[in-house]
Amino acid sequence: MQMSGAQMVIEALKHEGVDTVFGYPGGAIMNVYDEIYKQNDFQHILTRHEQAAVHAAEGYAKVTGKVGVAMVTSGPGFTNAVTGIADAYMDSIPLVVISGQVPMSLIGTDAFQEIDSVGISRSCTKHNYLVTDAADLPRVLKEAFYLAATGRPGPVHVDIPKDVTAQIAEFDYSRPVEMETYKPTTKGNARQIKKAIDAIAAAKRPLLYLGGGVINANAADEVRAFAKLTGIPAVETFMARGTMGADNPLVISMLGMHGSYAANMAMSETDLIIGLGARFDDRVTGKLSEFAKNADVIHVDIDPASISKLVNAEYPIVGDVKYVVEEMSALAKGKIDAERYAPWLETIEHFNKLHPLGYEEEPGVIKPQWVIERIGQLLGEKANISTDVGQHQMWTAQFYPFSRPRQFISSGGLGTMGFGFPAAMGVKRGDMERVSINVTGDGSILMNIQELMTSVEYKLPVINVILNNHFLGMVRQWQTLFYDKRYSETDLSMQPNWVGLVESFGGVGYNVETKEEFDAALKDAVEKNVVAMINVNVSRFENVLPMVPAGGSLFNMMLEYKDK
Amino acid sequence: MMENERRVVSVILQNEASALSRITDLFSARGYNIESLTVAPIPESKYSRLTIATSGSVRVIEQIIKQLHKLIPVLRVYEHADLVEKEMAMVKFPITENLSDIETLSKAYNGKIVNVGNDMLIAMVADEPKRVSHYLEAVKRFNPKEIVRSGTVALER
Ligand SMILES: Cc1ncc(C[n+]2csc(CCOP(=O)(O)OP(=O)(O)O)c2C)c(N)n1
Repeated sequence: MQMSGAQMVIEALKHEGVDTVFGYPGGAIMNVYDEIYKQNDFQHILTRHEQAAVHAAEGYAKVTGKVGVAMVTSGPGFTNAVTGIADAYMDSIPLVVISGQVPMSLIGTDAFQEIDSVGISRSCTKHNYLVTDAADLPRVLKEAFYLAATGRPGPVHVDIPKDVTAQIAEFDYSRPVEMETYKPTTKGNARQIKKAIDAIAAAKRPLLYLGGGVINANAADEVRAFAKLTGIPAVETFMARGTMGADNPLVISMLGMHGSYAANMAMSETDLIIGLGARFDDRVTGKLSEFAKNADVIHVDIDPASISKLVNAEYPIVGDVKYVVEEMSALAKGKIDAERYAPWLETIEHFNKLHPLGYEEEPGVIKPQWVIERIGQLLGEKANISTDVGQHQMWTAQFYPFSRPRQFISSGGLGTMGFGFPAAMGVKRGDMERVSINVTGDGSILMNIQELMTSVEYKLPVINVILNNHFLGMVRQWQTLFYDKRYSETDLSMQPNWVGLVESFGGVGYNVETKEEFDAALKDAVEKNVVAMINVNVSRFENVLPMVPAGGSLFNMMLEYKDK
Repeated sequence: MMENERRVVSVILQNEASALSRITDLFSARGYNIESLTVAPIPESKYSRLTIATSGSVRVIEQIIKQLHKLIPVLRVYEHADLVEKEMAMVKFPITENLSDIETLSKAYNGKIVNVGNDMLIAMVADEPKRVSHYLEAVKRFNPKEIVRSGTVALER
């Protein structure tokens, strides 16, 4: 069928089953927006900033497991979107981002709102395209969705010049994707898998090290089954929170810079790491030369470049975690004797008792950790929890009882302040049944506060819980610990009227000073089911502990810090 | 910590506008070293062949190969073990220099004089990169005015 490039974009989105597009219009993308106006197949959500559109698409993608879609115009529209794209790239989130570009005849002339978008996005996308002929659009868009979702997922950027959106060409979406150069390996090598099982059977202190790849691969069930079958304990990375389920007796909480004592000690004492969809990030390993010194490594990952990048893997297995773990379970039956690891589990139990995750209550003040625990008690499984970036983010990862994968949505790799609120909006859109909470800081929330309008307009209620310490808390913590308390530019004593702010957009606000007020506010916000902001004044100088100072060894944790 | 090794890798990649910049961006973004890079289309195909000479520790080289492979337009990456490697160089000399000496020397490096003008002459050699360097060292005494090297190309034996 003959149609315009702009129509092709709409048709392609329909064929891909897209129900939501987050975006912001402008000159170069107007032809496409004109077609959006004429259709009812998907909803377009007008965020109030392009960065927010991409974060919302990320939240949507993370909670649903589908590809998120964002659309922006050329120049500033695109540059605003870059932070979101980079964020998605670092966390392997499947996105298709479509941007307008100046007409072909103007490309390279420094035209109004021209920027070399594909040049910019090259380093933060899985792949990108500048479409120079409308006839290529069906193939390109189909490839874009395919690339975003398969292999190691990631954002794909499609840049379309304005005249190409007007150009008429043949649209045929039925041709299967044929990419000679892209063939991700999904089935792990059978011999390697067998060797890995032999290594596990011979190990005394094996440890499952679970990363975000397990969630991306939808392999949490398989991983839980494998752990149960073999009795091997597991640590989760920040990105993998929820994989095992908080009440699973085999999970030893999170590891890494702000991981628990038990998790970090288990990693330091293990003799066999079974890395699944994890990439040995520097926030996890601490000082590499002292990381898990006595351990061999089995490393399962869909991305061959992740394997042995930082830590050498004796048993590299390239493949889809879901498939590989299924194979591992089949081989492990009757072969791996869980009894063998009983002393190891006792050791871990001992670590757990020695320094459990915790905090000190103080009369008259609300501890931020308490707020997280309380949300967990009141909402538990019924909420999806997004966060911004800072101390509140780490406390959420430490103290929320995540019971399922895709429940925790946060910016891991890039650590983007301003992520939480728009992402939580996308999460709500993707899962209308559950409450969408954004745990945020008084710094972070102001980085995308304009989304209050979007959230109200589209009835995508998010409950923003501000753990308000009147500081850029995480930076303040580093200043306390490593810069002699020189609090350079981290004091946020100057505060807006939070309640007035959210009310002016049509939402509800609460100022909370006591625990009872917090309970009441949360209940009220959930019941009202509108956009809310709960401003909780928490203790100002609380630190996230334990902490492995950057570049320190994992087993050398700062366990407490007494402020004198 | 680890010894740096020199390696030559060949990359077969799709002929498309931005393919080459994807490769060079990869090297700059990840801090890999490029010693030389040559590229030309493979006749009668939609692919180009790139020859990259690089150096790094074993782990870095391994990463380079994997990361190259990860680029979507890349079809194949060859890490050469046993290869024939050649590089070309052209040198411009003043006409006043000793023509026959230059000619003899160039011959020894699989080359010759390819152009003689009113006030300059150009010699060309094609040899292993290391030998090309020797040649360029040796011709210094003929006061070369301009030197251009092609970068290495290689084929597995
Ligand atoms: C866009 C961006 N700018 C700067 C930083 C550096 N940074 C990391 S945490 C942090 C402080 C966050 O403060 P707040 O949102 O109040 O959270 P808190 O740590 O107090 O919980 C800053 C500035 C960042 N991660 N992202």
